[in-house]
Amino acid sequence: MSDVAVRAGSRGIALHRIGAMILRYWYLLLSSWPRLLELVYWPTVQIITWGFLQTYIAQNAGFFARAGGTLIGAVILWDILFRGQLGFSISFLEEMWARNLGNLMMSPLKPIEFLLALMAMSLVRLAIGIIPMTGIALFLFHFNFYGIGLPLIAFFCNLIFTSWAIGIFVSGLVLRNGLGAESIVWTVMFAIMPLSCIYYPVSVLPHWLQFVAWTLPPTYVFEGMRALLVDQVFRVDLMLEAAAINVGLLIASFAAFLALLRSARRNGSLLGGGE
Amino acid sequence: MNQNEGTSPGLSAPGAMTSPAIEVVHLTKLYKATRAVDDVSFRIAGGSITGLLGGNGAGKTTTIAMIMGLVLATSGQVRVLGHQMPEQAARVLGRMNFESPYVDMPMRLTVRQNLTIFGRLYAVADLRERIAELAADLDLNDFLDRASGKLSAGQKTRVALAKALINRPELLLLDEPTASLDPDTADWVRGHLDAYRKARGATILLASHNMLEVERLCDRVIIMKRGRIEDDDSPAQIMARYNRTTLEDVFLDVARGRTNALSSEAGPGSRHDNASNKSGEVAS
Repeated sequence: MSDVAVRAGSRGIALHRIGAMILRYWYLLLSSWPRLLELVYWPTVQIITWGFLQTYIAQNAGFFARAGGTLIGAVILWDILFRGQLGFSISFLEEMWARNLGNLMMSPLKPIEFLLALMAMSLVRLAIGIIPMTGIALFLFHFNFYGIGLPLIAFFCNLIFTSWAIGIFVSGLVLRNGLGAESIVWTVMFAIMPLSCIYYPVSVLPHWLQFVAWTLPPTYVFEGMRALLVDQVFRVDLMLEAAAINVGLLIASFAAFLALLRSARRNGSLLGGGE
Repeated sequence: MNQNEGTSPGLSAPGAMTSPAIEVVHLTKLYKATRAVDDVSFRIAGGSITGLLGGNGAGKTTTIAMIMGLVLATSGQVRVLGHQMPEQAARVLGRMNFESPYVDMPMRLTVRQNLTIFGRLYAVADLRERIAELAADLDLNDFLDRASGKLSAGQKTRVALAKALINRPELLLLDEPTASLDPDTADWVRGHLDAYRKARGATILLASHNMLEVERLCDRVIIMKRGRIEDDDSPAQIMARYNRTTLEDVFLDVARGRTNALSSEAGPGSRHDNASNKSGEVAS
């Protein structure tokens, strides 16, 4: 055995390895102001555009005047879902772009530790983008996102779990297929956007499509948000159903990631990582 | 540059012959119809330096990648430091390390940041001291706080070597460790690797196109061609067998199929006794 003092054995999850990976992404963020700017830029543009739209509609439509903040609230919650997945996947892509994946896979870092570090970084990146966004919503459009209160925790957890599940699966696809599959990272969330019923209720969808929509956890969150903001009712049942689906999604995505990692090892793509 | 890592490599440590650092048995890798590695077997003794020689596409990198667990074998077995790969990889990955031209260090991070991260991944307890030690040994101090992407090829190679040595590995796998280096730096890197092996009793397996490097550094040479082991012996024995004075000439003979150069007393039959058809282990 080497004389290196090993603080953790080969079994279990080692916090120091997760910490090392978080530190790696933190160093990267600090070294690059365009990366930091990008995190704030799009959420800011989004909230300003949709905030003014909400203001205009509220002045001209009775429903939106009653349900103040549904559009702005939906935009912020959508950004949690979208930026959560991007935050996860971009940190993963950084390893592909840097051709560093081989170094990591040859180190004692385990796949689960790698994924946990990516999850933690998605929260950090999300916070950098969302906190200024909610500040603008408050000061420019008088919508206090945090005024949602405790239900916000349920909304946030369900959305971030979905974003991680999708992020894990998409990262596995990139791992297996190389950077040629990178575009999936940027576009995958838009595929579920129409069915998640972000800006309209599920009842708007054709009857048969509603069944599909109810398989997606974000649908429950956005319905729950409308129930809270329009009817002032917190639908715990919706949150629990979303959480149950999310548990299934996370387990399935982790299994898929391991299968894709194994396939990448079989295929020899861990050494290259190019197109 | 301090190359003096100590003395006594511990090459004759008891058990070195019975418990090889690397044991490869009937290893085969197929990429669809391409046979990248074809029924390769060898054992590498602890504390030795072995060179894996061969032209482009000979199967060197794939063989090393399978030993590391980065690539799954189609068939065959790999044991590293007594553990089955890749099933028991978690037990050995902290005791080995590697350097390869197919991977890079994150370019935006400084050298110190990169070494800190890898040191933490490998759970190096005295990390600050270890980085200072490596910086002194590998002459990194002038650019320790510079972004890794802004270094010259020679500096990058030294940083990659520092990363490979950060956990004081018992087993070091190197793929073209001196590629793109000027002769002076390449010679210095070879000297450092040799000193490290002697000081720590580490095992080194390196793939190289540089025949001089292999001649100077390696106790043993495994020559690969089209995924198979073509020859396997000490550099001196191989050169004698091919009636050549340099490994480069041997390499050209093998690459161009000039097997008539083999000496009569040690023909192809005897070389295969040492190579793929038998698990040959060379004592250091």
